[in-house]
Amino acid sequence: MFNKEYESMHPSKIKAIQTERLKWTLKHAYNNVPHYKKAFDKAGFNPDRFSSLDDLKYVPFLMKQDMRDNYPFGLFAVPMEKVVRVHSSSGTTGNATVVGYTKSDIEVWAEVVARVLVAAGGTEKDIIQVAYGYGLFTGGLGLHYGAEKLGATVVPISGGNTERQLMLIKDFGTTILACTPSYAVNMADYAEKNKPDYDFKSTRLKAGIFGAEPSTENMRKMIETKIGIDAYDIYGLSEVIGPGVSCECSEKNGLHIFEDHFYVEVIDPETGEVLPEGEQGEIVYTSLTKEACPVIRYRSRDITRIYRDSCKCGRTLVKMEKVTGRSDDMLIIRGVNVFPMQIESILMGIEGTEPHYQIIVDRKGALDDVEIMVEVNEKVFSDKLGVLTALEDRIKDRIRSALGISVRVKLVEPSTIQRSDGKAKRVIDKRTLT
Amino acid sequence: MNLTQLSIFLENKPGRLQNALKVLADNNINILTLTIAEVSDFGVARLIVNDPEKAVKELRSSNFICSKTDVLAIELEDVPGSLLKALETFSKNSLNIEYMYAFTEKRGDRAVMIFKFEDIEQAKKALLKEGYNVVKRIDLAGE
Repeated sequence: MFNKEYESMHPSKIKAIQTERLKWTLKHAYNNVPHYKKAFDKAGFNPDRFSSLDDLKYVPFLMKQDMRDNYPFGLFAVPMEKVVRVHSSSGTTGNATVVGYTKSDIEVWAEVVARVLVAAGGTEKDIIQVAYGYGLFTGGLGLHYGAEKLGATVVPISGGNTERQLMLIKDFGTTILACTPSYAVNMADYAEKNKPDYDFKSTRLKAGIFGAEPSTENMRKMIETKIGIDAYDIYGLSEVIGPGVSCECSEKNGLHIFEDHFYVEVIDPETGEVLPEGEQGEIVYTSLTKEACPVIRYRSRDITRIYRDSCKCGRTLVKMEKVTGRSDDMLIIRGVNVFPMQIESILMGIEGTEPHYQIIVDRKGALDDVEIMVEVNEKVFSDKLGVLTALEDRIKDRIRSALGISVRVKLVEPSTIQRSDGKAKRVIDKRTLT
Repeated sequence: MNLTQLSIFLENKPGRLQNALKVLADNNINILTLTIAEVSDFGVARLIVNDPEKAVKELRSSNFICSKTDVLAIELEDVPGSLLKALETFSKNSLNIEYMYAFTEKRGDRAVMIFKFEDIEQAKKALLKEGYNVVKRIDLAGE
């Protein structure tokens, strides 16, 4: 463990620390951010009267839209001279959300990412290739500072340029790769296709830290087999801090949340009611130590479950399940809730198919029409049409039996579906509300 | 004696066949015959070319999904009923045909058909026994 004291602290002691830190955070936000003052006053919540974690349920939620409305710096709780860095989302679906960091926030962030790296078996002897994008996106710099904090050697290659990624893995003796899971699959595919002599197994690569997009257990297995490494999930969101909110340990069974810095609740996304531990719902975050941009009850839209177990790794931190979907990614198709990850899971369960797919939802008359484009690869291709149409039918049948919806499946040529070095675009919803 | 057929996955949209053929043309690969089987959204182009190894390599590097398949090219007399006779021979020997297509050029006075058999080895044995001439790649490529 990078920070044994906090990572293996008794839950009752963590709760006491959380309570103290929350008191500070609530006052800090109320006194310095007009949005929080207004929202708390409107809800009749007085931060001075906050005394136990249970009181948090009276505090209003922070929505993504609130962050957009306060673009760019409206939610900052410190004067700009204290802010040493900003990051921002791409803003493709509205105003970008901007977050700021003080020196101390950057320290906290580096600390939690260092914990992630250690949980994945990292030490100062490791050479960590950071293939997340560097820039306004939190992935690249987040991993970078964490790796430096750990004292490892950072290769700040950023995303893209797969040829060079592969070369450096070999030449520099990279031991840990950090990127999105879809980019890891891309790298493996690229090597398989264009560099038949390239053997991942003869490199020093031992682990991968994959995040920034949800992935399935099958995807992990595929990466582990193709690249010959242990694949660990890292989770985070820029609104809360960036990557490093939680991560998997050697057990690869749930992600430990660094709850000395982030307080979590799981709510019913419909009613906003807090759910008991163990129930599935939307996870909501409250920062406990952030100065520049405190978030209070931020609705992540990520669907998961939180629970405590006695993890063999020795960490006592609360765990969350791998995120299986986002409540705003959730598609309602003819009344059925469908997450893109469920489709991915089904595809990964069919021999030979790869997770290169796109879901296109449209409305034909009064009915929702779903088409799933799946890229053909050498493994499933056949000179016989019947074999290909049977594959389409098999995918169709599996989806119908697992999700209860009928879809059309269309095999497409590779690279039809836009690849990105960052997040893959899985859903195109052409329906317009009428 | 087996002929190597090249099969290419093509989406059913404008320009796709054209792009595949361009890869072949740019690499100086000659097409000896071609047929396309299709369903509504996609098709498989099946080609006999003079250099299938090179064709596969170049197509793959241009992101096409393709494969090589062994087929038999069989000479038939160019008279009414000769294809029927051949099919009778196949069924007599329980040889299942997965697909077939005609070759564009004649060899002398004889026609050439391409057959994809379920079991190519068994087919070869039976056809030779029956006196059919199975055309070798070298003859077809005119090399």
